[in-house]
Amino acid sequence: MRLTLPRLLQLAVTLLTAAFLIVPAIQSILAGLTVNYFRGLSSGFTLRWVGEVWRLYADSILLSMGLAVACLGVTLVIGVPAAYALAKNPGRLSRILEEFISLPLAVPGLALALALLQLYGSMTGFRTSWTFILVGHVLYTLPFMVRSVLAVLMAMDLKSLEESAATLGASTVTRFRTIVVPNAMPGILAGALTVVTLSIGEFNLTWMLHTPYLKTLPVGLADSYASMRLEIASAYTLVFFVMIVPLLMAMQWATDRAQRISR
Amino acid sequence: MTLTIRNASKTYPDGTRALLPTDLTVGEGEILSLLGPSGCGKTTLLRIIAGLETPDAGTQVRFDDEDVTRLAVERRNVGMVFQSYALFPNMSVRANIGYGLKVRKVPRAEREQRVDEVLALCRLGDYAERAVTALSGGQRQRVALARAMAPRPRILLLDEPLSALDAALRDSLRDELAAMLRQFRITAVFVTHDQAEALAIADRIAVMSQGVMQQVGRPEELYREPVSSFVARFIGNAMPLPGTIADGHLILPGGRLPLAAGTSDAEVFVRAEDVHLDEAGPLSGTVETVAFSGGHYRIGLAGVTGETLFATHPGRQAPRPGDSVRLRIDAGDLLVLPQDRS
Ligand SMILES: Nc1ncnc2c1ncn2[C@@H]1O[C@H](COP(=O)(O)OP(=O)(O)OP(=O)(O)O)[C@@H](O)[C@H]1O
Ligand SMILES: [Mg+2]
Repeated sequence: MRLTLPRLLQLAVTLLTAAFLIVPAIQSILAGLTVNYFRGLSSGFTLRWVGEVWRLYADSILLSMGLAVACLGVTLVIGVPAAYALAKNPGRLSRILEEFISLPLAVPGLALALALLQLYGSMTGFRTSWTFILVGHVLYTLPFMVRSVLAVLMAMDLKSLEESAATLGASTVTRFRTIVVPNAMPGILAGALTVVTLSIGEFNLTWMLHTPYLKTLPVGLADSYASMRLEIASAYTLVFFVMIVPLLMAMQWATDRAQRISR
Repeated sequence: MTLTIRNASKTYPDGTRALLPTDLTVGEGEILSLLGPSGCGKTTLLRIIAGLETPDAGTQVRFDDEDVTRLAVERRNVGMVFQSYALFPNMSVRANIGYGLKVRKVPRAEREQRVDEVLALCRLGDYAERAVTALSGGQRQRVALARAMAPRPRILLLDEPLSALDAALRDSLRDELAAMLRQFRITAVFVTHDQAEALAIADRIAVMSQGVMQQVGRPEELYREPVSSFVARFIGNAMPLPGTIADGHLILPGGRLPLAAGTSDAEVFVRAEDVHLDEAGPLSGTVETVAFSGGHYRIGLAGVTGETLFATHPGRQAPRPGDSVRLRIDAGDLLVLPQDRS
């Protein structure tokens, strides 16, 4: 490859953009590991701030993980059968239904949260429980699960596979368990990773729904930025990265794989 | 098992009448072929037998003495080979074949033994542990057959099992499939739109057209005594002899042919092998084309009927294009059929 002027320009712009995104991140991570940010790296490295974050925000981290797992469970139980039903009945009504459950994608998280608050805000027990946030997360992530599974189901010859299983003596339930789910697995996996990643990273909606006793990871992050010393906030960013980046990478991989199948 | 179908018909929700009321009986151990052009309702009838399609009211499907018309597909115990094979991509060859036994909760030891038996019968022993996605077309077809046969079904149903293969492979697998079906000794219904396939595999052939069962019979019967012009054309490519019938003769542009007494209001057909070149023959025509095909010549003749009439000529020498020739068609070789009303 010859380095012509346009190529050089292109490369420069790419590098600049990357630097623009990455440098602050690195700086922030380093800040979380230095003894004193204002004296710079020369003050030495420490894990003290990370420990401090754990002391202050362990609840948030655990809540986020719990929420993500619960959200995954609910979206699996609702989403996979829903995608299956949509794939089996490819009519006008199914298209409308699919659009309908995808609505939360288009509506801003804030508006969704407001609607939930208006509807359930007066039910104090529910309003202050973690399940309230769970409902928000499920609404927000369900379409990702449904679409991901649906794409894989539509790509395979579901009708023939099920019919041949039926002639071999498999009941509807057996067919779902032994044929539909195993063959939809790439889509389910991609959907699951997307749901977990989104649930852990979700801020908009969660910020509206949270109570002082229920802060998720990103809400805690905002809180630490607003009220803690810079090193702690930076260490928090580091913790957040450590949790979300592997998930993002796994999600990317699984989604690619599922898309290869559904093409 | 004997399959009996009475008054079977199917109207799809969009109003398509894919199958008009049809009766059919398939005897114990018999291989019957459903033959007809694309869209004539073969798959529909096969799916009604399997229980995959709900037929119209009044239909009756019986397996021996048992009325299975309302029995769910998974409880009918039929073996089916789909046009696309529909092998389970998430399972190995062995697991595919064992699936029917597994869902019926056959104990593991017995299951393995039965699968091994079928693997051997279908010559799949070497591929047992492979993924089905790593098989050739012919191997897939054998897996589909083995999978359908493993649970010992009461009847085997095959929907164009050779059509997914390319032409060269199809010819060689046709006889192999015929041999395998014979060794299973099972009642089987075999859908195809290829007459050579039906003739090679079936004991009896049921010819269908536009949702109507035209004729059911042994291959020789259909060939020699077709009951309708459709069957005559479809089996063995009979050619029409369009002419007027007057005082016991068929009058054609190329001459007159004597007919059996009392024939009127009929369509007359003939097959190429029954048109003979004969200097003393009553018909005359002009040679248009000559094609040598191994044991005989295929000669296209103009001027005998309105269209080109073909003759199969077994001699060592053939006339040349442009030659005038005389022809003979023996009265016994004419297929005299009632006018097709449709
Ligand atoms: N689900 C359906 N809804 C409406 N019409 C249908 C449906 N399935 C089949 N048909 C129609 O019913 C008729 C018979 O179809 P069928 O599939 O039985 O034909 P076939 O003889 O198997 O043809 P081929 O050799 O092309 O497979 C066709 O005209 C077809 O268009
Ligand atoms: Mg068909």
